Amino acid sequence: MIRRRRIPIPRAWLTPLAVIGVVIALAWVLIAVTAPLWIPYAPNAQVLPRLQPPGIDTLMGTDSVGRDVFSRLMTGASVTIPLALTLVAVSLTIGTTLGAVAGYFGGWVDEVLMRITDLVMAFPTVILAMVIAASLGPSLFNAVLAAIVVSWPAYARVSRSLVLSLRQQNYVIAGRLLGFSPVRSLLTDILPNIAGPVVVLATLDVGTAILLLSGLSFLGLGAQPPTAEWGSMISSAIQNFDAWWIGVFPGLAILTVVLAFNFIGDSLRDILDPVSGGAREAAAAIPVVPGQPTAREAVV
Amino acid sequence: MRAPVLQIDDLTIGFGSTAVVRGVSLDLHAGRVQGLAGESGSGKTVTAMSVLGLLPRTATVTGSIRLGDVDLLGLRRRSLSAVRGRRVAMVFQDPSASLHPQLTIGHQLTDHVRRHLKLDKAGARSRAVELLTRVRVPNPENALGRYPHQFSGGQRQRIAIAIALACDPEVLLADEPTTALDVTVQAGILHLLRDLAIERNLAVLLVTHDLGVMSAIADDVAVMRHGLIVESGTREQIFLEPTHEYTRALLAAMPDSAPAVRAAGADASAPDFPDEEGPS
Amino acid sequence: MSALLTIDDLVVEYPGRVTVRAVDGIELSIMPGEVLALVGESGCGKSSTARAVVGMERPQSGSVRYRGDAVPPLGLRRRPHRFTAMQMVFQDPNSSLNPRKRVGAQINDGIAAATARGAAGSTPGEWIEAVGLDSSLLDRFPHQFSGGQRQRIAIARALAARPDLIVADEPISALDASSQAAVAGLMRRLCLDAGAGMLFISHDLSVVRVIADRTAVMYRGKIVESGRSETIWSDPIHPYTQALLSAIPHPDGRGILPAAPDLEAPAAWSTLMPEALDRS
Repeated sequence: MIRRRRIPIPRAWLTPLAVIGVVIALAWVLIAVTAPLWIPYAPNAQVLPRLQPPGIDTLMGTDSVGRDVFSRLMTGASVTIPLALTLVAVSLTIGTTLGAVAGYFGGWVDEVLMRITDLVMAFPTVILAMVIAASLGPSLFNAVLAAIVVSWPAYARVSRSLVLSLRQQNYVIAGRLLGFSPVRSLLTDILPNIAGPVVVLATLDVGTAILLLSGLSFLGLGAQPPTAEWGSMISSAIQNFDAWWIGVFPGLAILTVVLAFNFIGDSLRDILDPVSGGAREAAAAIPVVPGQPTAREAVV
Repeated sequence: MRAPVLQIDDLTIGFGSTAVVRGVSLDLHAGRVQGLAGESGSGKTVTAMSVLGLLPRTATVTGSIRLGDVDLLGLRRRSLSAVRGRRVAMVFQDPSASLHPQLTIGHQLTDHVRRHLKLDKAGARSRAVELLTRVRVPNPENALGRYPHQFSGGQRQRIAIAIALACDPEVLLADEPTTALDVTVQAGILHLLRDLAIERNLAVLLVTHDLGVMSAIADDVAVMRHGLIVESGTREQIFLEPTHEYTRALLAAMPDSAPAVRAAGADASAPDFPDEEGPS
Repeated sequence: MSALLTIDDLVVEYPGRVTVRAVDGIELSIMPGEVLALVGESGCGKSSTARAVVGMERPQSGSVRYRGDAVPPLGLRRRPHRFTAMQMVFQDPNSSLNPRKRVGAQINDGIAAATARGAAGSTPGEWIEAVGLDSSLLDRFPHQFSGGQRQRIAIARALAARPDLIVADEPISALDASSQAAVAGLMRRLCLDAGAGMLFISHDLSVVRVIADRTAVMYRGKIVESGRSETIWSDPIHPYTQALLSAIPHPDGRGILPAAPDLEAPAAWSTLMPEALDRS
């Protein structure tokens, strides 16, 4: 049986900020994917006059070794953004799973997992990430690893508290009464229903992830030269403070991506709950009594 | 019958493009309990809330609600405050929500009394004790120093009623006053409400979905559905000789309504009854 | 014919600063094909009893046996198949269904439980129609239905598991007054059609009178009166039952106030009368 399902997009999804956010995010994704095809210069090619301000040949100027800032910026998108998204995805998976298990099973499992979470959260995020990245050896891969280690606890806490409240819901108990195993109950009844808030958290976390990765690269612990990564580009700008264009453009790029995901996250938070979205529409549809004007017609 | 104390005339209330109350007219008379019956979504609570201006600002309200010669709908905030609690009082469904959890009930009673009646501390205190005694809260002197959570649900509702009556209002609006209470406790509150209505010549508007409660204390009943009053009359008329299909169907659905009504109503075919909203 | 459910001297306690003894030693049994109502006001322990029966609460002492076997608590272990023949209908229709699963799939879960036990298979369509909804609605999500409809779907899911014992914890309290009797009647009919037994918990005596074969009245954790519903209704002998029944307001239009007890908890209500139990 083929089911035709039309899921209408509620008006609430199209707030101005959300649209801006989506447009910017999509634009950057497009840039990240297609950059190699149209950038004027190779990102690592040191062929231009050094420290040139933005001009006709070089939209965003050149850096201290004669590379085109614009080309490096566009290429950098394909480094920073996928890595940030990966970081968020992995932290989300690890953290949510651990938190859900802790919340659902309780007892000593909960105790152990939460103490580990507390332990990691007790350290200042950036400093811990720095320490881990430094001890693993400076590389982009290690920076991402370090960032994952410091990012998952937030998801664990959120997911655990969501699971604790959902665990008592009648439908979860109904599932157990129908013979669901605890694992099945967790997978089909609980996790899908915590997805909303967790996804919102993740979207808002993308900005933080970018800043963290860029920060580590800035400190020399992430992307190594000559890799074009926004954070390391900002880092190299410190030696040439007069050449403002070397640092400002990557900074602006980070700003726009972080804002874009924040707008998306805020909008998702408002609409992701199927209950409130749908119920409002259902409540507005008052059935018609024959011979009398419908509620909608009786406009006040 | 003498002139009505409160006259609601052609009241229409909308939220956005949806009208939840459509052209409702109702009169409240001193010493009589006017019932407003209906299921959830009928607009009965919104009607009651509109009398004291308790609707959100997004609500559009037209029509008139006259208390004597004052149109309550036209009043500004300050003038409305003088009416609220003083000439028109309200009792709500959940007594826990209408009593401040962190203030002693003595404070809540006397504060109210002093503000509206300009009594001094001692005068307010003795009035508070008097009120608590009247609503039959045990140990009234003692009760003044206690907090809401130290009382049972029924006692809290009695306290809420005491606060409502503190300034001798002319009108009492009661929105599902006993719905949250156990049936044995409810009985006591119903007695209290009826006695007070008679004793103090109050005009009472009783909003409830519970037809048993309605039958016990209402003198007149108006039945609401989808924002309209579909039928109104005296209690006897509505319960023993209902004319509208909806009223008949409602009564037929109650296992202990008058047998003749139940039998007659069994054939009543209200097209989309029971009143459930369909899926969107 | 042996009993489906046997409760012996059940005690349920809740720990806290003060340990609350919600159920204080009760006994009851349910046979196939009968509806037993457990009634009482808030705090009497009826919900705690329901929860203990299905294993949501661990008894402090005493036993709950389903077909002779002790009911396992709902813990880390998967429920053994034979116990899925005991199903529950909850009070709150809004949390009884998984918001992210289509209702057809949820009813299917019920069917799967039945087939896993070797019982006859069926289709979700059969069950959703049995509760009065159209099978075209199987594809929809719970939020697209009203509260009353969600409760019907929850009932369909429970029945799809072909239970021989249904525990219904205030299943109609959250519904509109006009649908309550209809849904209760539906539950009774479907239950008996399947040859099952039902433990029906409610505070609403008028509905219970119509659908329950036997009734047990609870007060403060104990059963004070029990026996055939008609007998209890027409000739209650325990003071609490008498107070409870006379406190019910009837929608008969006569304007009669229900009897209000003098105190909120008279000592007479706590007396134990062996002759009030097992009345026929």
